[in-house]
This record gives sequence, structure tokens and C-alpha cells, in this order.
Amino acid sequence: MALSVAKSQALFAPGRSEVIAFLVMTAIFVVAPMFAYPVFLMKVLCFGLFACAFNLLIGYVGLLSFGHALFFGWASYISAHAAKVWGLSPELAILAGTVTAAVLGIVVGALAIRRQGIYFAMITLALAQMMYFFALQAPFTHGEDGIQAVPRGRLFGVIDLSNQTNMYVTVLIIFLVCFLLIYRIINSPFGEVLKAIRENEPRTISLGYQVNRYKLMAFVLSATFAGVAGATKALVFQLASLTDVDWPMSGEVVLMTLVGGLGTVFGPAAGAFFMVTLENYLTTIGQWVFVVQGVIFVVCVMVFRRGIVGEIAHLTQVKL
Amino acid sequence: MFQIFGIPSQALFGQLLLGLINGSFYALLSLGLAVIFGMLNVINFTHGAQYMLGAFTAFFLLQYLGLGYWWAIIIAPIVVGVFGMIIERLFLKRLQNLDHLYGLLLTFGLALIIEGVFRNFFGSSGLPYAVPLSLQGGTNLGFMFLPNYRAWVVVFSLVVCLATWFLIERTKLGAYLRAATENPTLVRAFGINVPRLITVTYGVGVGLAALAGVMAAPIYNISPQMGANLIIVVFAVVVIGGMGSIMGAIVTGFGLGLIEGLTKVFFPQAANTAIFVIMAIVLLVRPAGLFGRRI
Repeated sequence: MALSVAKSQALFAPGRSEVIAFLVMTAIFVVAPMFAYPVFLMKVLCFGLFACAFNLLIGYVGLLSFGHALFFGWASYISAHAAKVWGLSPELAILAGTVTAAVLGIVVGALAIRRQGIYFAMITLALAQMMYFFALQAPFTHGEDGIQAVPRGRLFGVIDLSNQTNMYVTVLIIFLVCFLLIYRIINSPFGEVLKAIRENEPRTISLGYQVNRYKLMAFVLSATFAGVAGATKALVFQLASLTDVDWPMSGEVVLMTLVGGLGTVFGPAAGAFFMVTLENYLTTIGQWVFVVQGVIFVVCVMVFRRGIVGEIAHLTQVKL
Repeated sequence: MFQIFGIPSQALFGQLLLGLINGSFYALLSLGLAVIFGMLNVINFTHGAQYMLGAFTAFFLLQYLGLGYWWAIIIAPIVVGVFGMIIERLFLKRLQNLDHLYGLLLTFGLALIIEGVFRNFFGSSGLPYAVPLSLQGGTNLGFMFLPNYRAWVVVFSLVVCLATWFLIERTKLGAYLRAATENPTLVRAFGINVPRLITVTYGVGVGLAALAGVMAAPIYNISPQMGANLIIVVFAVVVIGGMGSIMGAIVTGFGLGLIEGLTKVFFPQAANTAIFVIMAIVLLVRPAGLFGRRI
């Protein structure tokens, strides 16, 4: 008995490599504002969180959602609307966006998990497109203009977020807390069942697990974290627009996760960093961005399936 | 002029015709997707881009070689189909033994590349393509005016769909194809070149998309993003129909086009979303799709 307890504790305890990697990542983001433009870094953090949320689904349950922009974009709309029109404080605005994403996650998830594999991707994509049309037509989103000039407000009524440093620290804390939560989820007994579903769904069913409930729970969690990312992004850029709910955004988060490494803890954040930096340099080439993204997709799928972090982990034989 | 449910008959039949035409494209595209999926187990995300390529090929043929619509409808599917076969040989073949998701991601990347390149050269505004001379004008049916070209699109795509069905369900080649879908190893043991069969199947599926593109060219403007939005609707059509049956894909395609047309008449705000709502309902009631086999 004692042995098995010790073993299971070892199973859920973070590996040394992961602790070091987490400290390195945190250190980078703490030091980075001295070298890089804070808004750029906040973009990296928001997309990093979005990709981590997405990875929770594809990396640990093996479900490819092609409609995650739905949660990201709608959370961003509601958060922007709450801050601007309802005059809510930033923490409540983010909460409103997150709750919206969670509710949408329950609805979309319940529909999508009724089919497996490739159909799952098509259903999520179709439902996301439907919600895109709603965003296009709903009056409060202001169609093509989006919700502009969203006030950042005062966090808890005290901290002024229009100060760039305050905003950065807030976003960084949100990112790190969510990152740790996601890490905890994938290393919990719940997370182990998710991995079992990924590896062999029929066998997991035969072991007596209600697979669909686990999948739905994972889907809702993923949608919720994507919502946190979207809601935060609306405050950072003071803007919520159609770009955030459209399908290229869904594709982009897939790409970030793929580049960083599917099913790795640090991959999505690394992938987001890579893609946001790349797009930053590529803004001058306009429409070619899509071509570049396409080429990266093809290269990753053909020869670089482990992704950046996955490849490092493979070469150094450590868990990342 | 008479009215049905308070709607002028012209408007009603006009929208129904439009729905039928959209339905033709849904049917041709979802048929191609189903054929490809059956053989390769890949959802071809490039399908929309290949449909767009078909339309552009027709445009190039006219612009640079002076070859009109009737040449285009033969040449474009072949050109794009061969292009598809090259893609299959270069990329998809290598992903055969991996998770199917990689095929989806690869074809998504290819679609981004193709559409991105065309958008750079042709912008987002559409290019016009004239209706062929022999199909200009229309017929007055008494209750509505029927443009000849549109009638041709509906009839011809129905013929193509049924021919594809016949080819797959009733010929020797189709029998090989269906057998290879069920058990490729066994079919290979009988001395049939399965890899080549797969390549050809992909080419044919892509050719169907290109054919739809050529037919769409005179109706819609030719533009780089003409396929991107359509393909998502076609995915929903495929989810509704289920990819188990060829006839299912055809019936669902035409049927949903009609329903969409009716929505435009009675509830215009929901026209864009009607098919997605139907998809959600079908998922609730019949998760495997209307014609799908339970997986």
C-alpha cells in the first residue's frame, strides 16, 4: 500500500526538468519587458494561454477542435462589451467573458463529442462559423468595426491598468496561474483518464469510465481557458473584432500548438512566441502571411511533427 | 403572378432555383469529399481551394488560350485533378500510416498556401466570367423565368453525381475501389495496385471539385476566397449526410440547398446559419448522420 501511494505521488509530482523549464519561462517573461515592447509580449502571453488551452484538448484527449476561435472571440466580445457598455471593472469583465466561453463550451462540446475523429473537427469548425455569422449580425459587436476603445479600467478598483507595466504584470499573472492550473489538470487522476482516452478509447470505456463525460469536461475546461485568453486580449488591445472569431484564428492556434509541440506542457507557449514574433516581422508582407503559415503547416506535418519543445524533449530525453 | 404563403411566386421559385444551384455545388463537393474520405481516410481541406482552382483554370484558358467554357469544363478538372494527384504522391502518401488528423492539418496548410498565393495576385475582388453563348438567355415557364445556364448547372451536376454513383456502385472499377476501402491489404494480395488506385481516387475527387468550380464561374465571380467559405458549409453538409454513402451525399447536398433557399424566402436573417442549425439538430437526433454508418 505504502509503496503504491509513494508511486502515485511520484506520478503526479512535477519532474525536475519541468520545474526548471517553468522557472526559466517565468524569468524570461519577467525580464523581457526591458528588451521588448510590452504590448507585443502581452500578445504572446494571451496567445500562449490560448494555445495551452487548445493543447489541453488535442494533446491530452486527442480531439482536434477546429473552432476554438469561437471561445476566444466571443469571450473577447463579451469582455469588451462588459467593460465598455456595462462599465464593469476589468476583473469582472474578464470573468464575464470567461463564463460566456464556458457556457458556449458546454453547448458546442455536448454536440461535438457525439461524433469522433475527423467529424469532431468538422463539427467544431461548422459551429464556430455559425457563431461567426451571429457575431457579424449581432448589433452589439458593431460588425466590421468591432468594439473599439475598450477602457482597461482599474483592477479591483485600485490598480490602474492604463499603465502599461500594471497591465503587463496582470496579464503575466493571469497567464502563469492558468498555466499552472492546466498543468495540474493534466497531471491529475482526471488528466490520466484523458490520456487513457487518447491512447485507447474503447479500452477506457471497457474499464468503466464514462468517456463522454470526461471528454465534455475537458472540452469545457479548454473552452474556458481559451475564454480567459480572449477576454484578457480584449482589454490589452482595447479591441474586440471579427478577426478573433473567424476561422483563420482557429487555424492559427492549431498552428501555434503544432509548431511548439502537441501534447507537451511548454510547447504551446513556445509555439505562440514563435508565431507572434514571426508575424511581427512579417507585417510588411501583407497577405503573404497566410502563405507563410501554410508553408509552416506543411513543413511541421511532413518533417517536424514533434514541434520545437517536443524535439528538444526528445533529444535531451527529459519531460517538458 | 400569384402568391404562395404570402410570398410572390417569382420570389419563391427564384430562391428555390438558387437553392437548387447551391445544392448542386454542395452535392458535387460533398461527393468529392466522400469519395476521397472513403479511400484515403483524409478530410480534404484543400477541396475549397481546388474548387477555386477549377474556376481560375477556366478563366486562364479563356484569357490566355482563347479556349471557352466547353473546353474549360473538360480541361480544368483534368488539370486540377493531375495537380491533386501530385499532391497525393508528394505529401498525403507519406502520411498514410499516421493519425488522420495530420492529413487534415496538411490539407489545411495547402489550402492556406494556394488561396494566399491567388489572393496576392488577384486581390479579393472577383473576376467576371461570361455565360457561354449557347446557354445565354432563358425560358419563361409561366410561373417563373428560368435562365438557361442555371438549368444546365442543375441538370449537368445531377448527371455527374449519378454517373459517379454508377461508377462506384455498379462497375468493376468501383468494386475494386469499395473493396480497397474495406480491406486494402487483401485487395493488394489479389494483385491490384492499391496505391495507384488511391492516387487516382484523390485525382477524381479533386477533379469533381474543379468541375464544380468551372460551373460556378459564370454564376458567382471568380475570386480567391470563393472556396474557403463554401467548404465550411460543405463540411456541415457532410456531417449531416454522413460519409458512408455516395447517394447520401448527393441527396443531402441537393436537399440542403433547397432548404437554404426556402430559409432565404421565409427567414432571411437565418439564411447563413440554417445549415449549421440543421447540423446541430441532426447531431442531437441521429448522431451518425442521416445516411451514416455508426462508427
